[in-house]
Amino acid sequence: MDLRDTPGEAAFRSELRAWLEQILPGRLQAQRGGAGRFQEAGREWSRKLYEAGYVGLTWPREYGGGGAPYSHQAIVLEELARADAPQHLGVIGLGMAGPTIMAHGTEEQKARYLPKILSAEEIWCQGFSEPGAGSDLASVRTLAELDGDRFRVSGQKVWSSFAHLADWCILLARSDPESQRHAGLTYLIVDMRAPGVEVRPLRQITGEAEFNEIFFTDVEVPRENLLGDIGGGWAVAMTTLLHERGTLGFALTGALDVAVRRLTSLVREREVDDPRILDCLAREWIELQALKYTNLRALTTLVETGIPGPEGSVSKLRWSEANQRLTKLALEILGDEANIVDGDGYWQHQQLRSRGNTIEAGTSEVLRNIIAERVLGLPRSR
Amino acid sequence: MKFAFTEEQEMLRSQARSFLGERFGGERVAELADSPEGWDPASWAQLAELGWLGVSLPEEAGGAGLGFLEEAVVFEELGRALYPGPFFSTVALALPALPRELQTEVAAGEARWSVSLDGSLVPDLALVERVLVVRDGTLLAVPAEGETLETLDGTRRFGRLREDLDGEEVGSAEALESARPRVLAALALEALGVAQRALELGLEHAGSREQFGRPIGVYQGVSHPLADTYVETELARSLAYWAAWCVAEGDEQAAVAAAAAKSYGAEAAVSACERSIQIHGGIGFTWEHILHRLYKRAQWIEAFAGFPATHRADVAHALLQAAAPVAAA
Repeated sequence: MDLRDTPGEAAFRSELRAWLEQILPGRLQAQRGGAGRFQEAGREWSRKLYEAGYVGLTWPREYGGGGAPYSHQAIVLEELARADAPQHLGVIGLGMAGPTIMAHGTEEQKARYLPKILSAEEIWCQGFSEPGAGSDLASVRTLAELDGDRFRVSGQKVWSSFAHLADWCILLARSDPESQRHAGLTYLIVDMRAPGVEVRPLRQITGEAEFNEIFFTDVEVPRENLLGDIGGGWAVAMTTLLHERGTLGFALTGALDVAVRRLTSLVREREVDDPRILDCLAREWIELQALKYTNLRALTTLVETGIPGPEGSVSKLRWSEANQRLTKLALEILGDEANIVDGDGYWQHQQLRSRGNTIEAGTSEVLRNIIAERVLGLPRSR
Repeated sequence: MKFAFTEEQEMLRSQARSFLGERFGGERVAELADSPEGWDPASWAQLAELGWLGVSLPEEAGGAGLGFLEEAVVFEELGRALYPGPFFSTVALALPALPRELQTEVAAGEARWSVSLDGSLVPDLALVERVLVVRDGTLLAVPAEGETLETLDGTRRFGRLREDLDGEEVGSAEALESARPRVLAALALEALGVAQRALELGLEHAGSREQFGRPIGVYQGVSHPLADTYVETELARSLAYWAAWCVAEGDEQAAVAAAAAKSYGAEAAVSACERSIQIHGGIGFTWEHILHRLYKRAQWIEAFAGFPATHRADVAHALLQAAAPVAAA
């Protein structure tokens, strides 16, 4: 056991830290969330990260990745959080589409899509949830029927973040209209600019529109955009979700680190001495350390066995609940101003946004089911 | 960065688990806890023989020449087993503050100690020979004389030390103060062992007990609290091992890490037991079942050396004092 960086990790970290100090424009700091991040500055920042070699560190070199150990990826996420720097824009491409293409894609698909995910030239969105298929993903009804050398896609997807900006969509649809549940599903890569694709932004609880409905009306998707086998879409989708929840730990802890530091600054600025609030602040700081070191244990397991440890399932569940608690605590510290958004409204926005954290990317209820059934081996509830 | 125990440390864990499983199973622990003596004095020589009394002492002092990480494994396993005996008092509380020649006696199994930490209540007073007390900045060894108090956790009873005892100077009060993170880390590790065992009992029951024709673990009202216990136990594990590493390495974060680990671990263990009792239903509420003993140990740990809120106040203080974030990598 050694919780310090190895000499190699330390060198990588200090090089990255120096690069960030030199290059990170002040106007980008503190822009980690919110819809504004997709402006040109955000794209430029993502490209700079890519050109400096800080994106896709664990991806193979032949697709523009770094071929580096997992620990370097973790260091990048930690240091971006420490510098309060925005993350790369391609959240879904990097975390979900990319790993799925690497696992199930053809050589042509890998060469075509992966490098542009890394460079943020192309943005991805996810077409999984439907009005009638949320946590019960196997009940999707969007149709993708094979017609010669193409699929014809019709249906509706919902809660799709970044769809209004995306170039590509990873789509889970039913290729056999007679099929039930997990069988008969097919996984496609869909061009978001194809005729028949219509995106309608959904205004959220915060007032902004980060996510969308997507309507597909007889959209033609070339057969070569098939990922995996026809009818084998469920297994491919599971790869996507595994990565969505598995590689997220360090990114989420990074976000929590920023939030806890801002909360600590708020407590300092307002000279809060209420022992109850200080107790809550300490709780959140402790929770953050617990998540950080849990990530590190999971990382060690991943490096030694190649398989993510069960500890990884913990991060998303706990981060979302911690974020909800601590943003409310911030509002309490603001006191009478809690409902006033004249200023930057930062904490008010964060607090409302945090309500989505326990819903998006697997509801807390689904995550508890996963832990109970897959980690603890309890009998299945369904 | 590497956050895992070594193969040797894992071997020590399996050795400890099998020894304790054979000698201190649930029924034996219950019998000892309900007995007037409260422990099996013959076990002390066995612990000495296993080398557990001097894990972190150098070989010339009769120790194993290992460190706190190895000791951490032993604390966790002893906590899990609810070992009744003055191991915690001797090895966690007293040993680091003792001068070398007295440490050598401990390693050989020839001396048992406890400490009067924050007042006159002394853990395991009736099971040890001498007690460390602080008077006017001096560390004194006094004979373990006083009254044994009926204690909720029958496996770790308090005594009230007589106040008029003459002592022999054995060092300075600082030796005891600087060992505080180690005490808190040991408590966090014991709590972790308790939490893990309560979780396992809950899982076993949820998987085998049937109601309405199905194992009760299929119901989310049962499985979700168990999932929460798992999550909190894993987080407590990360904090306890982090604190153990800081103590072993003399890291500057040792004090805050140990405070975090102790407060979190104690609460996690208490919750783990409470959820497990609830899931067991009536049987979990009986004297016969081991759960109440785990619960009482968890509560013992929670109360000893400061309730969680006390440690969180220390953490908040450190956090606000720090010029830079305490957690900077």
